[in-house]
Amino acid sequence: MVNLMNKIKSEKIKKKLKESSVGIAGAGGLGSNAAIALARAGIGRLIIVDFDKVEASNLDRQYYFLDQIGKNKTEAMKENLEKINPMVTIEIYNKKLEKGSMEKPFKDVDVVIEALDNAETKTTFIEEILSKLPDKPLVAASGVAGYGHSDRIKTNRCGNLYLCYDEKAKSCDEDVLSAPRVALMANWEASLAIEIILGEDK
Amino acid sequence: MSIEVNGKNVDWVQNETVEGLLKRMRYTFPLVVVKINDKVIQKQDFSKVLVPNNSNIAVIHMISGG
Repeated sequence: MVNLMNKIKSEKIKKKLKESSVGIAGAGGLGSNAAIALARAGIGRLIIVDFDKVEASNLDRQYYFLDQIGKNKTEAMKENLEKINPMVTIEIYNKKLEKGSMEKPFKDVDVVIEALDNAETKTTFIEEILSKLPDKPLVAASGVAGYGHSDRIKTNRCGNLYLCYDEKAKSCDEDVLSAPRVALMANWEASLAIEIILGEDK
Repeated sequence: MSIEVNGKNVDWVQNETVEGLLKRMRYTFPLVVVKINDKVIQKQDFSKVLVPNNSNIAVIHMISGG
């Protein structure tokens, strides 16, 4: 009976995730790892926006492979996601998010994930999404750099903004970016997106 | 006559702008997102928007890395 209940619950969750969509701004350390987690989890549709190309220096933390160096990150990401879960609909936009129109690719997704790198772009993006799409849940991350101190990471919720936050972390200009911590934050963001879509697990 | 800033009770000061509050709180980070009663305040308005009495203010520091 317990097994049957669990099976019903898991089928319900699968269906809900399949019908849901997540937009990801940036396909670097945060975005690439979050996208992989969401594709594995069975999110139905992912929208990924980035303008960069894969570089050798990205491979220490971003979900790309040696033979993808030089490719657009969005295209490389699509390839990788399709190898894991071909059932996901993937829309990619190979462009830079510009101030004034940052919300455009994300108008019809269920949850937006901020996965940008520098603090200024993060701030602008958050301000634009919160003011132009006020009903849209937005997951963001601040304080990704460094290593260890995993227990300082918290979810700071403020209305529709869910911030994966280590307020004591240094900027990546002053500290290293390390794969486990970047992936931890990325997966934290992905996990928050799923929690928002499914509702709190009681 | 008080406001709540990041969960802390702080005195309300009449005619204080967002910029003034950030200074008083010694929030020196250059990149912050400010919400007053859940409404985002655009950065260019920090010097114009007054902090209302009894308001709830969230100041979030954005730190580079990703």
